[in-house]
Amino acid sequence: MRVAVLASETDFDGWRLAARAFRLAGVAPGEARFVVGEDLQGGLFDAAAGEGESALPDKARPLRVPQAFVDMAHDVVLHRTPDRFDLLYRILWRLQAERDLMRVRSDRDVSDAMDRQRNVSRASHKMKAFVRFRQAFDEEGECWVAWFEPAHRVLARTAPFFANRFTTMRWSILTPDGSCFWDGKAMSFGPPAQASDAPQEDEIEEFWKTYYASTFNPARLKTKTMQGEMPKRYWKNLPEAALIPELVAASAVRTETMVGTPHSEPNARLAKAIFRHNRDGAFEEGFSPSNLDELRHGVQACRRCPLWRDATQGVCGEGPPRAKLMIVGEQPGDHEDLAGRPFVGPAGQLLNDAFREAGIDRDEAFVTNAVKHFKHEPRGKRRLHRTPTTSEVTACRWWLDHERALVRPKVVLTLGSTATLGVLGRKVTVTRERGMPIPLTDGSHALVTVHPAYLLRLPDEAARRREHAVFIQDLKRVRQLL
Amino acid sequence: MAQLDLRKKLSVLADAAKYDASCSSSGTGKRNSIGGKGIGSTEGMGICHAYTPDGRCVSLLKILLTNFCIYDCAYCINRVSSNVQRARFSVQEVVDLTLNFYRRNYIEGLFLSSGIIQSGDYTMEQLVLVAKSLRLDHDFRGYIHLKLIPEADPRLVEEAGLYADRLSANIEVPREEALTRLAPQKDLAVIKKAMGQVRLKVEAAKPQKKDRIKPPKFAPGGQSTQLIVGADGAPDTEILDRSASLYGGYGLRRVYYSAFSPIPDSSAALPLSKPPLMREHRLYQADWLMRFYGFSAPEIGEATTGGMLDLAVDPKLAWALNRRELFPVNVNTADREALLRVPGLGVKSVDRMISVRRYRTLRLEDVARLCRGIDKVRPFITALDWTPGGLTDAVDLRARLTPTVEPVQMSLF
Repeated sequence: MRVAVLASETDFDGWRLAARAFRLAGVAPGEARFVVGEDLQGGLFDAAAGEGESALPDKARPLRVPQAFVDMAHDVVLHRTPDRFDLLYRILWRLQAERDLMRVRSDRDVSDAMDRQRNVSRASHKMKAFVRFRQAFDEEGECWVAWFEPAHRVLARTAPFFANRFTTMRWSILTPDGSCFWDGKAMSFGPPAQASDAPQEDEIEEFWKTYYASTFNPARLKTKTMQGEMPKRYWKNLPEAALIPELVAASAVRTETMVGTPHSEPNARLAKAIFRHNRDGAFEEGFSPSNLDELRHGVQACRRCPLWRDATQGVCGEGPPRAKLMIVGEQPGDHEDLAGRPFVGPAGQLLNDAFREAGIDRDEAFVTNAVKHFKHEPRGKRRLHRTPTTSEVTACRWWLDHERALVRPKVVLTLGSTATLGVLGRKVTVTRERGMPIPLTDGSHALVTVHPAYLLRLPDEAARRREHAVFIQDLKRVRQLL
Repeated sequence: MAQLDLRKKLSVLADAAKYDASCSSSGTGKRNSIGGKGIGSTEGMGICHAYTPDGRCVSLLKILLTNFCIYDCAYCINRVSSNVQRARFSVQEVVDLTLNFYRRNYIEGLFLSSGIIQSGDYTMEQLVLVAKSLRLDHDFRGYIHLKLIPEADPRLVEEAGLYADRLSANIEVPREEALTRLAPQKDLAVIKKAMGQVRLKVEAAKPQKKDRIKPPKFAPGGQSTQLIVGADGAPDTEILDRSASLYGGYGLRRVYYSAFSPIPDSSAALPLSKPPLMREHRLYQADWLMRFYGFSAPEIGEATTGGMLDLAVDPKLAWALNRRELFPVNVNTADREALLRVPGLGVKSVDRMISVRRYRTLRLEDVARLCRGIDKVRPFITALDWTPGGLTDAVDLRARLTPTVEPVQMSLF
């Protein structure tokens, strides 16, 4: 049996040197022991680890371990179990033959070590959560002191968190393992402390307890969940935990009283306020918009088809109220739905450029859609566009007809088949009827062309250029008709 | 009215805020107070500083600025017609309480909501003032969650996003028809528009590669909302459809489900009963399946009865029992998507398995060490030394995997 004496319970460097020496000397895991004892430091260490050879291993002799092992060992050393050093040494030993061992989380030793690592990091997390500072004053003024008993030896590992968070405060955290001090610039560590070394009260604590008690809902008692997350071992140093027994005891009665008390009459004075704040009436049967503002308002309340349910808002047309040209698209897309304006997405951009190329001022056109609500299907974090059905387009024609009647354009340019269906009321094959003026009953003309989204979707460059030219040609015909 | 002392106000305004299920302080970027004049940090992952006996964590100082409200939502304790005691904090009082609590390490920050007073704009302005004072006057770098007043001026929403880590507007009632009945002044369209505005702003604030100067941060923790479960008769499938549409439409980080809980001085419009806590739990599990396991709302709906999730078994197990032809799955060869659909295997377990199997062929015992419990997993997998045989198709499989004590579920309707 070979024995290495470590300087402290968390002496990672001491363990590393000793373990390295043991491994190079071929000391099998069962033959190596690591003990912590401050009074045994010094000569004994050498004798124990070396026995004739130097305790410090020869740097030239290779002993390589993966970084993942070193990282894990740093944490596992902080665990309170006495056999942690032996476990680490066993893994170190095996690593020389099994290079991938650290990646095999299902291995008994690795999973054991990783469980301990998880316990340590949980203890560190709980320290971040459950440290409670109390206000104190010393010769330099205000300072903040906490007494805390961590589940594992995580003080040094966790202290930087508090330095980052409370940089401008002077604070100390006292624990049975040691103490940590922050003076606003640097961190220092001291000997173990006792609970009585920390202040025993703080005036704000009563406010905190008031908050804790008030934010508890007696109708939802779930003490097991509470204990799972806030284990009892921490309770004695959490001021609010003292309230738990009485909160639990009173919860049943409080819930019964709440459920058992009959409804009381509404507060008449306050109730009057409701009526002052009722919103405008919604869209009703028999409503007919007499101007574009009324129409816009009406669309928000429209329930002619179910598309309103998942859309953000109805998107109406935009442009000069007496425009000579009306452009009708299919429906608002993802962006239009959020912004509440038509053609603000990529297709709108393409349309702008094409109009410029054809010599038409888009600002003089009234731009709208055949369907006013965005039809889509949720797919994870996105919404996939779906083509409106004939019945949805037909339902929404009511609004498009009113829009046309109010704007009274000379030419209506329809983009794609849905838009054309919305204007003409019949299905058409766009490629067959595009570019030819179709007379409408009110004396104006419709002109059919493709939707700009179609041009955006064409995969090959040559086809895109060819289709773009035809599109521009259609727009030029529009200009002749105006 | 007599001046209420501050502790009394705190008890009234914290009590009134406890029905909001969200208390999370995660999802924002990392910050600390080094080089600053104040205090505060965020780590990305939130820290729960305490747990109350209802099992919920206390991460933020969650309070209302005031519980006066001009609205009359039947499910809300603060509705205008309720006879509860009223109180109102001043902006300064909230700022001081937040800093005092934060210095003592009680909280991660502030979650401030409010009843609607005077007008939406006025209320939102007050909320923004608190956040602004914390950030600008005190250089506070902790977490701030502000409740959006949807009808407030978009300009105020924009300002709120500059100071807050997270914004939220609660939909509360999943069914539009019920919303008009239970909350006559709430308008779903207005809430959705506000959410849409937040999504556009969040996206605009994401720095593009070509940007030389980063755009100012806007609500880096995103937005969330809450749906009340069990107050309006909406079945689970309808609730999940609503969530799917909210996740897709507004990029919400979270949808919170809050079992409708009896409130003191409750409205005659709602029957009193114990909150359906198990139902709430199942909805959270189903929500999790949508966000991390690639399930769609309709798929989860397949295994429901009358639109309601099974209360005895979790939604993934319910789905798998319904689709046994897809099992057993070979843990040594199956792809990630297939493994994620095995009951009892979480995202972490699956990722560990995939990494381990590059070096070892998995036995049942290995799988057991990589997941939380092997019982639920066993019938749905094959491993090197394990095949479930007829177990996968056993008629009594559901009974075998169901906890012996059936949870008793109270329902409001």
